Amino acid sequence: MTAALFYLFAVQLLGASLFVVLNRNPMYSVVALVFAFLNLAGLYFLLGATFIGALQVLVYAGAIMVLFLFVVMLLNVGPDERRIGWVHLDRWWFGLLALLFLALFLVLAGQGVSAPTAGPSPATTQPGGVADVAAVLFSRFLLPFELAALLLTVALVGTVFLAKRRI
Amino acid sequence: MVVPLYHIVTLAGLLFTIGMLGVLFRRNAIIVFMSVEIMLNAVNLVFIAFARYHGSVDGQVFVFFIMTLAAAEVAVGLAIMISLFRNLQTTDISSFNLMKN
Repeated sequence: MTAALFYLFAVQLLGASLFVVLNRNPMYSVVALVFAFLNLAGLYFLLGATFIGALQVLVYAGAIMVLFLFVVMLLNVGPDERRIGWVHLDRWWFGLLALLFLALFLVLAGQGVSAPTAGPSPATTQPGGVADVAAVLFSRFLLPFELAALLLTVALVGTVFLAKRRI
Repeated sequence: MVVPLYHIVTLAGLLFTIGMLGVLFRRNAIIVFMSVEIMLNAVNLVFIAFARYHGSVDGQVFVFFIMTLAAAEVAVGLAIMISLFRNLQTTDISSFNLMKN
Protein backbone atom coordinates (compact mmCIF):
# COMPACT_ATOMS: atom_id res chain seq x y z
CA MET A 1 0.00 0.00 0.00
CA THR A 2 2.73 2.44 1.01
CA ALA A 3 4.84 1.47 -1.98
CA ALA A 4 1.91 1.94 -4.37
CA LEU A 5 1.25 5.40 -2.92
CA PHE A 6 4.93 6.24 -3.25
CA TYR A 7 5.03 5.37 -6.94
CA LEU A 8 1.74 7.21 -7.56
CA PHE A 9 3.12 10.37 -5.95
CA ALA A 10 6.39 9.94 -7.81
CA VAL A 11 4.76 9.66 -11.23
CA GLN A 12 2.48 12.63 -10.55
CA LEU A 13 5.43 14.67 -9.31
CA LEU A 14 7.53 13.96 -12.40
CA GLY A 15 4.61 14.58 -14.76
CA ALA A 16 3.71 17.90 -13.15
CA SER A 17 7.36 19.01 -13.16
CA LEU A 18 7.70 18.15 -16.86
CA PHE A 19 4.54 20.13 -17.54
CA VAL A 20 6.02 23.13 -15.70
CA VAL A 21 9.07 23.08 -17.93
CA LEU A 22 7.54 22.16 -21.29
CA ASN A 23 4.29 24.13 -21.26
CA ARG A 24 4.16 27.56 -22.85
CA ASN A 25 1.77 29.45 -20.58
CA PRO A 26 3.41 30.62 -17.29
CA MET A 27 0.09 30.55 -15.43
CA TYR A 28 -0.36 26.82 -16.13
CA SER A 29 3.22 26.30 -15.01
CA VAL A 30 2.51 27.89 -11.62
CA VAL A 31 -0.57 25.72 -11.03
CA ALA A 32 1.31 22.57 -12.11
CA LEU A 33 4.14 23.44 -9.75
CA VAL A 34 1.67 23.77 -6.86
CA PHE A 35 0.42 20.27 -7.73
CA ALA A 36 4.01 18.98 -7.88
CA PHE A 37 4.81 20.41 -4.47
CA LEU A 38 1.69 18.86 -2.95
CA ASN A 39 2.79 15.48 -4.27
CA LEU A 40 6.24 16.07 -2.83
CA ALA A 41 4.60 16.79 0.54
CA GLY A 42 2.85 13.44 0.22
CA LEU A 43 6.24 11.78 -0.32
CA TYR A 44 7.57 13.50 2.81
CA PHE A 45 4.62 12.16 4.80
CA LEU A 46 5.30 8.66 3.49
CA LEU A 47 8.95 8.98 4.52
CA GLY A 48 7.92 9.87 8.07
CA ALA A 49 8.84 13.56 7.94
CA THR A 50 5.44 14.89 8.99
CA PHE A 51 6.69 18.30 10.12
CA ILE A 52 8.59 18.95 6.90
CA GLY A 53 5.60 17.70 4.90
CA ALA A 54 3.32 20.20 6.60
CA LEU A 55 5.92 22.90 6.05
CA GLN A 56 6.08 21.96 2.37
CA VAL A 57 2.36 22.52 1.99
CA LEU A 58 2.36 25.76 4.01
CA VAL A 59 5.56 27.43 2.81
CA TYR A 60 6.13 26.07 -0.69
CA ALA A 61 2.70 25.25 -2.07
CA GLY A 62 1.16 28.10 -0.08
CA ALA A 63 3.38 31.13 0.39
CA ILE A 64 6.05 30.84 -2.28
CA MET A 65 3.74 29.76 -5.10
CA VAL A 66 1.24 32.52 -4.29
CA LEU A 67 4.15 34.96 -4.66
CA PHE A 68 4.92 33.43 -8.07
CA LEU A 69 1.25 33.67 -9.01
CA PHE A 70 1.16 37.35 -8.09
CA VAL A 71 4.25 38.14 -10.14
CA VAL A 72 3.02 36.20 -13.18
CA MET A 73 -0.24 38.14 -13.04
CA LEU A 74 1.57 41.44 -12.39
CA LEU A 75 3.91 41.16 -15.38
CA ASN A 76 2.23 41.02 -18.75
CA VAL A 77 2.80 37.79 -20.61
CA GLY A 78 3.65 38.08 -24.27
CA PRO A 79 1.16 37.15 -26.99
CA ASP A 80 2.96 33.92 -27.86
CA GLU A 81 2.92 32.82 -24.22
CA ARG A 82 -0.77 33.44 -23.82
CA ARG A 83 -1.79 30.62 -26.13
CA ILE A 84 -1.79 27.01 -25.03
CA GLY A 85 0.89 24.69 -26.32
CA TRP A 86 4.35 23.26 -25.84
CA VAL A 87 7.61 25.11 -26.06
CA HIS A 88 9.81 24.59 -29.06
CA LEU A 89 12.92 22.76 -27.90
CA ASP A 90 15.74 24.10 -30.01
CA ARG A 91 19.32 23.83 -28.69
CA TRP A 92 19.17 20.03 -28.40
CA TRP A 93 22.75 19.81 -27.07
CA PHE A 94 21.49 21.15 -23.75
CA GLY A 95 19.24 18.10 -23.55
CA LEU A 96 22.25 15.91 -24.28
CA LEU A 97 24.09 17.64 -21.44
CA ALA A 98 21.20 17.00 -19.04
CA LEU A 99 21.01 13.33 -20.09
CA LEU A 100 24.73 12.96 -19.53
CA PHE A 101 24.33 14.44 -16.06
CA LEU A 102 21.45 12.09 -15.28
CA ALA A 103 23.35 8.99 -16.42
CA LEU A 104 26.42 9.97 -14.40
CA PHE A 105 24.29 10.71 -11.35
CA LEU A 106 22.43 7.40 -11.53
CA VAL A 107 25.62 5.35 -11.92
CA LEU A 108 27.37 7.10 -9.04
CA ALA A 109 24.27 6.99 -6.81
CA GLY A 110 23.85 3.30 -7.59
CA GLN A 111 27.40 2.61 -6.49
CA GLY A 112 27.03 4.72 -3.36
CA VAL A 113 23.63 3.49 -2.26
CA SER A 114 23.94 -0.21 -3.02
CA ALA A 115 27.37 -0.59 -1.42
CA PRO A 116 27.01 -2.98 1.54
CA THR A 117 28.99 -0.73 3.88
CA ALA A 118 27.19 2.44 2.85
CA GLY A 119 25.60 2.98 6.23
CA PRO A 120 23.67 1.40 9.04
CA SER A 121 20.69 -0.79 8.39
CA PRO A 122 17.39 1.02 7.86
CA ALA A 123 16.15 2.44 11.13
CA THR A 124 13.06 1.02 12.79
CA THR A 125 12.09 4.20 14.62
CA GLN A 126 11.12 7.18 12.52
CA PRO A 127 11.62 10.57 14.15
CA GLY A 128 10.06 13.41 12.18
CA GLY A 129 7.32 14.98 14.26
CA VAL A 130 7.36 18.58 15.47
CA ALA A 131 8.85 17.58 18.85
CA ASP A 132 11.67 15.56 17.28
CA VAL A 133 12.69 18.34 14.90
CA ALA A 134 12.33 21.07 17.55
CA ALA A 135 14.52 19.19 20.05
CA VAL A 136 17.43 19.26 17.60
CA LEU A 137 16.62 22.65 16.06
CA PHE A 138 16.61 24.54 19.35
CA SER A 139 19.68 22.88 20.85
CA ARG A 140 22.40 22.00 18.36
CA PHE A 141 21.18 24.22 15.52
CA LEU A 142 20.25 27.26 17.60
CA LEU A 143 22.80 29.62 16.03
CA PRO A 144 21.85 28.73 12.41
CA PHE A 145 18.22 29.17 13.42
CA GLU A 146 18.86 32.71 14.64
CA LEU A 147 20.90 33.43 11.51
CA ALA A 148 17.96 32.23 9.40
CA ALA A 149 15.75 34.74 11.21
CA LEU A 150 18.30 37.46 10.42
CA LEU A 151 18.39 36.32 6.78
CA LEU A 152 14.62 36.60 6.50
CA THR A 153 14.70 40.11 7.97
CA VAL A 154 17.39 41.19 5.49
CA ALA A 155 15.39 39.64 2.62
CA LEU A 156 12.26 41.49 3.76
CA VAL A 157 14.02 44.87 3.81
CA GLY A 158 15.75 44.15 0.51
CA THR A 159 12.50 43.15 -1.19
CA VAL A 160 10.73 46.31 -0.08
CA PHE A 161 13.65 48.41 -1.31
CA LEU A 162 13.93 46.61 -4.67
CA ALA A 163 10.24 46.69 -5.50
CA LYS A 164 9.88 50.42 -4.87
CA ARG A 165 8.93 52.70 -7.69
CA ARG A 166 12.28 54.24 -8.62
CA ILE A 167 15.57 52.37 -8.52
CA MET B 1 10.42 1.15 4.45
CA VAL B 2 9.23 -0.94 1.55
CA VAL B 3 10.55 1.40 -1.13
CA PRO B 4 14.29 0.92 -1.76
CA LEU B 5 16.48 3.95 -1.16
CA TYR B 6 17.83 3.82 -4.71
CA HIS B 7 14.36 4.45 -6.13
CA ILE B 8 13.99 7.63 -4.08
CA VAL B 9 17.44 8.83 -5.13
CA THR B 10 16.57 8.05 -8.76
CA LEU B 11 13.36 10.06 -8.43
CA ALA B 12 15.33 12.99 -7.02
CA GLY B 13 17.85 12.72 -9.86
CA LEU B 14 15.08 12.77 -12.46
CA LEU B 15 13.50 15.77 -10.75
CA PHE B 16 16.82 17.61 -10.67
CA THR B 17 17.35 16.87 -14.36
CA ILE B 18 13.91 18.26 -15.21
CA GLY B 19 14.75 21.43 -13.31
CA MET B 20 18.08 21.63 -15.13
CA LEU B 21 16.33 21.26 -18.49
CA GLY B 22 14.04 24.15 -17.53
CA VAL B 23 16.98 26.37 -16.62
CA LEU B 24 18.80 25.51 -19.85
CA PHE B 25 15.91 25.62 -22.32
CA ARG B 26 13.43 28.23 -21.23
CA ARG B 27 13.72 31.93 -22.00
CA ASN B 28 11.08 33.22 -19.60
CA ALA B 29 12.86 34.33 -16.43
CA ILE B 30 9.93 33.33 -14.19
CA ILE B 31 9.95 29.77 -15.56
CA VAL B 32 13.71 29.60 -15.07
CA PHE B 33 13.14 30.66 -11.47
CA MET B 34 10.52 27.94 -11.00
CA SER B 35 12.95 25.37 -12.41
CA VAL B 36 15.49 26.43 -9.79
CA GLU B 37 12.80 25.74 -7.17
CA ILE B 38 12.30 22.25 -8.65
CA MET B 39 16.02 21.58 -8.32
CA LEU B 40 16.01 22.78 -4.70
CA ASN B 41 13.14 20.43 -3.94
CA ALA B 42 14.95 17.48 -5.51
CA VAL B 43 17.82 18.09 -3.10
CA ASN B 44 15.33 18.33 -0.22
CA LEU B 45 13.91 14.94 -1.18
CA VAL B 46 17.36 13.34 -0.99
CA PHE B 47 17.90 14.89 2.45
CA ILE B 48 14.58 13.52 3.72
CA ALA B 49 15.22 10.08 2.23
CA PHE B 50 18.63 9.73 3.86
CA ALA B 51 17.34 11.11 7.16
CA ARG B 52 14.70 8.38 7.08
CA TYR B 53 17.24 5.75 6.15
CA HIS B 54 19.61 6.66 8.98
CA GLY B 55 16.84 7.23 11.53
CA SER B 56 18.22 10.72 12.17
CA VAL B 57 16.47 14.07 12.23
CA ASP B 58 19.44 16.19 11.12
CA GLY B 59 18.52 15.97 7.46
CA GLN B 60 15.07 17.33 8.21
CA VAL B 61 16.61 20.30 10.03
CA PHE B 62 18.71 20.97 6.93
CA VAL B 63 15.57 20.86 4.79
CA PHE B 64 14.02 23.38 7.18
CA PHE B 65 16.95 25.75 6.58
CA ILE B 66 16.84 25.22 2.82
CA MET B 67 13.14 26.14 2.84
CA THR B 68 13.94 29.34 4.78
CA LEU B 69 16.64 30.17 2.28
CA ALA B 70 14.32 29.45 -0.65
CA ALA B 71 11.64 31.76 0.75
CA ALA B 72 14.14 34.61 1.10
CA GLU B 73 15.60 33.89 -2.34
CA VAL B 74 12.22 33.86 -4.05
CA ALA B 75 11.16 37.14 -2.42
CA VAL B 76 14.34 38.96 -3.45
CA GLY B 77 14.48 37.34 -6.89
CA LEU B 78 10.92 38.21 -7.78
CA ALA B 79 11.48 41.79 -6.57
CA ILE B 80 14.49 41.99 -8.91
CA MET B 81 12.33 40.61 -11.71
CA ILE B 82 9.66 43.25 -11.16
CA SER B 83 12.35 45.92 -11.19
CA LEU B 84 13.80 44.49 -14.43
CA PHE B 85 10.37 44.33 -16.03
CA ARG B 86 9.76 47.95 -15.11
CA ASN B 87 12.95 48.98 -16.90
CA LEU B 88 12.91 46.66 -19.92
CA GLN B 89 9.21 45.73 -20.35
CA THR B 90 10.04 42.04 -20.80
CA THR B 91 10.94 38.88 -18.84
CA ASP B 92 12.94 37.31 -21.67
CA ILE B 93 16.37 36.46 -20.26
CA SER B 94 18.12 36.99 -23.58
CA SER B 95 17.25 40.70 -23.38
CA PHE B 96 18.88 41.10 -19.97
CA ASN B 97 22.26 42.06 -21.42
CA LEU B 98 23.00 45.38 -19.73
CA MET B 99 26.47 44.21 -18.67
CA LYS B 100 27.44 43.03 -22.17
CA ASN B 101 30.30 45.00 -23.82
